[in-house]
Amino acid sequence: MRKSKKKFRALPAVSTTSLPDIVFILLFFFMTVTVIKDTNLLVENTLPNATEAVELKSSNGIIELRIGKPLQKYQGEVGMEPQIQLEGKFIRVDELQGYVLGMLNKMAEHNRRKATVSLKVDKTVGMGIVADIKAKLRAISLLKINYATLDGEVLANL
Amino acid sequence: MPRRKGAPEVNAGSMADIAFLLLIFFLVTTTIDTDSGLDRMLPPIEPPTEEPPVIKEKNIFTVNINKNGQLLVEEKIMDIKNLREAAVAFLDNGGAAQGSPEYCNYCEGKRDITSSDNPSKAIISLKNDRETKYSTYITVQNELVGAYNDLRNRESQRLYNIDFVKMEAEYLNPETPKDTRDELKDKVRRIQELFPQKLSEAETSN
Repeated sequence: MRKSKKKFRALPAVSTTSLPDIVFILLFFFMTVTVIKDTNLLVENTLPNATEAVELKSSNGIIELRIGKPLQKYQGEVGMEPQIQLEGKFIRVDELQGYVLGMLNKMAEHNRRKATVSLKVDKTVGMGIVADIKAKLRAISLLKINYATLDGEVLANL
Repeated sequence: MPRRKGAPEVNAGSMADIAFLLLIFFLVTTTIDTDSGLDRMLPPIEPPTEEPPVIKEKNIFTVNINKNGQLLVEEKIMDIKNLREAAVAFLDNGGAAQGSPEYCNYCEGKRDITSSDNPSKAIISLKNDRETKYSTYITVQNELVGAYNDLRNRESQRLYNIDFVKMEAEYLNPETPKDTRDELKDKVRRIQELFPQKLSEAETSN
């Protein structure tokens, strides 16, 4: 029995001892690139589709405003009307300039010049609040804006 | 009773499984997200003393969006699907007569004298209601930017055999080598001059 087994020797098994190392390297890679959503959403935020969108270069020098109807659990405090969310809190339209200028001050000099306001607006929101924000930004000469969109067919927006 | 020889070795056989589990968790939660959107410049606030320039009516393409998301283009109701085509026709019209200083020698439009003289004169004026839905507004913006991009791509293909959108993306990419970027800069400028984006937005009406 033992002898016959020796005769038909199978192919040597592939060594799997380095498998954990490989997996660990992959693991570390994904751990470092993962961004677990940094701010909690306080508002509904489904972006509209666009086909002509351009990529927003570098995350430096970007001020992100989210606009949408407050989520159910915050409606008691702030009501049903669309609100502005900046870094995890609600702000009013008349407070916007102060906050934005504050953020601009904290930025590095070379980023400040190309500062862009990224408007992440829920697609159900009316243009009223967006127009107000644009007027406020214009008044402080922060003219570069970007309407955040998702890639996709535009007619699906309607 | 047998004596123990130091601490027993921990079985590391399941290490790979644990690592795999973690790996799969991070794989699933990772979103390598790149934000994208429509770039726009707001008009600077002009000094009140300045006289607004006189613009001929035929060089303005008016787009009105009402609160129900219906479009009024050049005083006519239009379906949003036809907007891009209409905008391209307006921009590319080149109505100025041959020999006049405003003559457009690269336009392929109808050369209708009641429409725009030259792409560099043509202005698209967008007006919306405060209750217009944002998604409608973005769709209209997208179609108008698309009209400019279509025309710029056409000219770019004719002159340099490359799409303008591709060329511009490469020019704006900070990883592109500097000499390539300098070379692209002139080309991008040239195309932008042929079809300058003049999209004016009126104050939102109530």
